[in-house]
Amino acid sequence: MDGLGLHRRLEANAGLLTFGILVVSAIGGLVQVLPSVFQDSLVAPAPATRPYPALQLIGRDVYIREGCSACHSQQVRPLLAEVRRYGPYSRAGESAYDRPFLWGSKRTGPDLHRIGGRYTDVWHRAHLMDPRSVVPNSIMPGYPWLERRAADADGDIMQRMRALRFLGHPYTDAEIDAAPAALAGATELDALIAYLQGLGASAGAPPR
Amino acid sequence: MRYHDPVVRALVFCSVIWALVGMAAGVYIAAELVWPTLDFGWPALSYGRLRALHTNAVIFGFGVSALMGTAFYSVQRTCHVPLALPRLAWFCAVAWQLGVAAGGASLLAGWTGGKEYAELEWPFDIAIAIVWVSFGVVFFLTIARRAVRPIYVSNWFYGALIIVIAMLHIVNSLAVPVTLSKSYSLFAGAQDAIVQWWYGHNAVGFLLTGGFLGMLYYFLPKQADRPIWSYRLSILAFWAFTYSYIWAGPHHLHYSAIPEWVQSLGMVMSLVLLAPSWATMVNGVMTVAGAWQKLKTDPALKFIVLSLAFYGLATFEGPMMSIRSVNVVSHFTDWTIGHVHSGALGWNAMITFGTFYFLVPRLVGAPLRSVRLANIHFWLALAGTMLYVLAMWGAGVSQGLLWLALDDIGELSFSFKDIMASMAPYYALRLVAGLLFFAGAVLMAANLWWTVRGRCTVAVAPPSVADAAGAMRGEA
Repeated sequence: MDGLGLHRRLEANAGLLTFGILVVSAIGGLVQVLPSVFQDSLVAPAPATRPYPALQLIGRDVYIREGCSACHSQQVRPLLAEVRRYGPYSRAGESAYDRPFLWGSKRTGPDLHRIGGRYTDVWHRAHLMDPRSVVPNSIMPGYPWLERRAADADGDIMQRMRALRFLGHPYTDAEIDAAPAALAGATELDALIAYLQGLGASAGAPPR
Repeated sequence: MRYHDPVVRALVFCSVIWALVGMAAGVYIAAELVWPTLDFGWPALSYGRLRALHTNAVIFGFGVSALMGTAFYSVQRTCHVPLALPRLAWFCAVAWQLGVAAGGASLLAGWTGGKEYAELEWPFDIAIAIVWVSFGVVFFLTIARRAVRPIYVSNWFYGALIIVIAMLHIVNSLAVPVTLSKSYSLFAGAQDAIVQWWYGHNAVGFLLTGGFLGMLYYFLPKQADRPIWSYRLSILAFWAFTYSYIWAGPHHLHYSAIPEWVQSLGMVMSLVLLAPSWATMVNGVMTVAGAWQKLKTDPALKFIVLSLAFYGLATFEGPMMSIRSVNVVSHFTDWTIGHVHSGALGWNAMITFGTFYFLVPRLVGAPLRSVRLANIHFWLALAGTMLYVLAMWGAGVSQGLLWLALDDIGELSFSFKDIMASMAPYYALRLVAGLLFFAGAVLMAANLWWTVRGRCTVAVAPPSVADAAGAMRGEA
């Protein structure tokens, strides 16, 4: 059998085998992943989508640090039940300034992509400090330490914004210079609430 | 000339330690989903941070240490030469443990890139890349110096593990650092999602599947004392596996904002994957087919045969869950968690347990301290896995259907809170399942410890040239 003979040569030659594995395993990525990475329309910001203001950016980084996306998705699927429950379905352009993306893979708690404006800041504060004070059956942990840490505790907000500008987020010099002042007096809890309240703003008008 | 087995022994030892750490963390977070105040307001014990420690400790601590150790063990024996560059092999073993330990601590401190199964921040990403390339150098150089002509099947799989994981890790970790503990992904939004699941799914594919198939192809024939049933099937399955797995990632992004053709292609290739997966399972089962009587007496073989059954189950369930109309129910639910654990507990952990019960007595030249204890471990592991999977099926299917349920006038039938509250019994069952599985792993650790305690690693020489020639003719 010819194929078998060919394979006997392949499996007796380490270099050829290595090369073969590399080529065969790379095809899928080249055909399926690479075009998406160069498809600019996938990361063209939606009309109402803006880079995160300083306080929301810190809030988003707190959300990442605490692993919120282990239990909360930010991806409303285009299904009747989901649009009814959460609001307009998620579109690509809304995540244009999300590094990394936070669509999540598990909903132990509800989706949060349209959470902004649904509850008051006071409710969020109580809920994040002790979830069972407002949702009796909740199994979410509390995050009391966020209230004890200043939003600029790491003191690197300008570096963060510059790194994002390097990646193409249109922050102006004035915005970056004003960032430390925007964080003054705020805690990480304030920052996280500002981020949550901003979620969904980029949806603009509900799609028809 | 002797095989370099002390490094194998060290890696097996570390792997067992990480199994205990990772599984303990898993049990703890399962308990937190039953009693949410178990973190005592302490950030390091918070669910979101501890979950990352759980996944990293079991995948990179337990899993990779076992893979590195068994790769070093089997590549020497299938090539009839000692490891090339044994010092570099020791560097890989030690640096990897330090990396996982420091990385685990950094996760508890809140350092995270936020991508699933790739949480570690950029300094660790660079360290991982260096160790991984060193691993590849030791492995492929050993193969290059082999005394037999053919490269045995297990080495194809270990080779694919090394090459593909390097490619995935390097691309998916590309980021712009801000400080030591913070970076921003080079990719944004939908593109980041596609790259992440190309990585995430193939970390499952080439690490948790491909790497462990390498373990299967070496240790199953050894334990059953029979050659692999079909050489041709192993060729077919290997290349079909290597080609198809890479495409399947986008089934994690059904109904999301990534292009529809990418989702559909991901689904179709996921279904195609069933063929190589089951080809391998059939090859494995048929290899044991003439040695069923050994199952009565050999707990190591029992573990491996059971792992094949779970491999078959998980690789059937996976393609089914990738079908859009099934995924619409299963996505975002505990069904996914059940699926992952039928693979992680039933397949990865079981085959590793079986391999360790076979390998450790041979490394020290003494019988396993207690076969009875290993049999108890077997039943604890089986009961734990079954209960885990059943609890998560119950939870997941309920969540999926109840979330989507609409009444006669098109309004939602149930609030999210009520559905979440109804999960309590399933989450309690899952905790019990985790405890059973963990208890079994503790028994194994004790059993292996009593087996190796006070004994030296046996020095084994490669077979003579005449034996090697015989082995070469006997190949296939």
